[in-house]
Amino acid sequence: MSAPALEVRGLEYTYPDGTQVLRGTDFHIHPGERVALLGPNGAGKTTLVLHLNGILTPDAGDVTVAGLAVQPRTVKEIRRRVGIVFQDPDDQLFMTTVRQDVAFGPANYGVTGEELDRRVLDALTDVGMAGVVDRPPHHLSLGERRRVAVATVLAMNPEILVLDEPSSNMDPASRRELADVLTGLEITLLMITHDLPYALELCPRAMIMNHGRIVADGPTAALLGNRELMSANRLELPLGFDPSLARPERLPAPRGRPFSSK
Amino acid sequence: MSAGHTHALYVHGDSRLHALPAHVKLVALLIVIVAVVATPRERVGVFAAHAAVIIVAAAGAHLSPRFIGGRLLIGAPFLAFAFLLPFVGGGDRVVVGALSLSVGGLWGAWSVLVKGTLALAASVVVTATTPVPALLAGLGRLRVPVVITEIAGFMVRYLEVIAGEMHRAKVAMAARGYQPRWAWQGTALATSAGALFIRSHERGERVYDAMLSRGYQGRLPQPDATAATPADWVRALALPLCAAAAAALAVIR
Repeated sequence: MSAPALEVRGLEYTYPDGTQVLRGTDFHIHPGERVALLGPNGAGKTTLVLHLNGILTPDAGDVTVAGLAVQPRTVKEIRRRVGIVFQDPDDQLFMTTVRQDVAFGPANYGVTGEELDRRVLDALTDVGMAGVVDRPPHHLSLGERRRVAVATVLAMNPEILVLDEPSSNMDPASRRELADVLTGLEITLLMITHDLPYALELCPRAMIMNHGRIVADGPTAALLGNRELMSANRLELPLGFDPSLARPERLPAPRGRPFSSK
Repeated sequence: MSAGHTHALYVHGDSRLHALPAHVKLVALLIVIVAVVATPRERVGVFAAHAAVIIVAAAGAHLSPRFIGGRLLIGAPFLAFAFLLPFVGGGDRVVVGALSLSVGGLWGAWSVLVKGTLALAASVVVTATTPVPALLAGLGRLRVPVVITEIAGFMVRYLEVIAGEMHRAKVAMAARGYQPRWAWQGTALATSAGALFIRSHERGERVYDAMLSRGYQGRLPQPDATAATPADWVRALALPLCAAAAAALAVIR
């Protein structure tokens, strides 16, 4: 096996108010894998994400991205390698036009001129949003803003894409369009979601997090089909949904423009 | 900018005024405002000349009088104050019908009314013909401190988000039968505004996290402002300089 794209070992974190959220989180993800991170509210999923690029500093344990440990002196390169798409696109899209917003990340890494323009258009083309390049983000629909938020991160050529609740509040068509975009990217992907059919469709592998630890890790269909595991971790499938009926060959295969990692 | 609708202030168009670079228009606006403010209040004819300059610019940009009038309403609360001056002013008084008005107060009210309205009208013409991102880039080109243009940019970006949240909170209160009629029934509204403030603060922290995640190190990339040709400057400054000359003559004579 290749070196992990992302490795998390013994991560512990307590918020300043004394709430311990991470209690020894361990896992690793290999390049090209698409992994869903499942778990109830308050399990520590979003806190974990904020450790992946050094926004939060753990009390114990460490995070390594493609061989580079997250430390104060590496944090700039780490933030280029780990592209995080936050849950609320209004938190992510803060510039006055889509173009400026997508350019924000690469510009912080010294990309300028034609190369910057090319990165912006490539990233927007990858998510099917090249037509809104000069629109202000707040005039787009939620589904469009989500896709633009993905583009803002793709423009940085990350090693791994981390999505926090990408399908929340989206109508079925927007949810489908985003799934098409995500399956079209040849990139390592970690997706936090409560949308279990979405996890099954997009991610061959899933992890369940609860009480600050990874309590299960395996093929998504197998985890979703394990009733005891699911109910022990406050996870529920939609009524009538049977994960065993979703055969792997019916799930979308990776396609689209390959992503360079450099 | 090819934006169809960039912001509520902007009116899409293809006039010469629309095409001028933003920083040139901002300099022109500044000259008009200084000319209006510097004109002595007694020189009514000079104010007419200033108004003519603004009307010509607005007509050139295909902005209707009705549109300009609508936008001018934002100045109404400030002008309301001016209408008090004739009643509370001292000095000589003049009797109009049943009212005894202060002459100094009347001139004061006129001054606030005419200068405020003309300066606002000139600003309306510029903001209606310049998309907000271009205005911010223009301010940057005029060496306005980056921190000011960044704050203005964030304000523009999040004003509608926060206004939307406030609106949803009000709808949710109305849905539970809340219909405040008197000031003392406004407690819930004030509490919700407080909650909105906290939420906005928390959003600010999340936005900052999202910025850090994309390599933010204390400075936003500055958008390129369109360069101006000498012809742009001549076109943009011709009318404002007429206004400035009229104001200068009025001050000297």
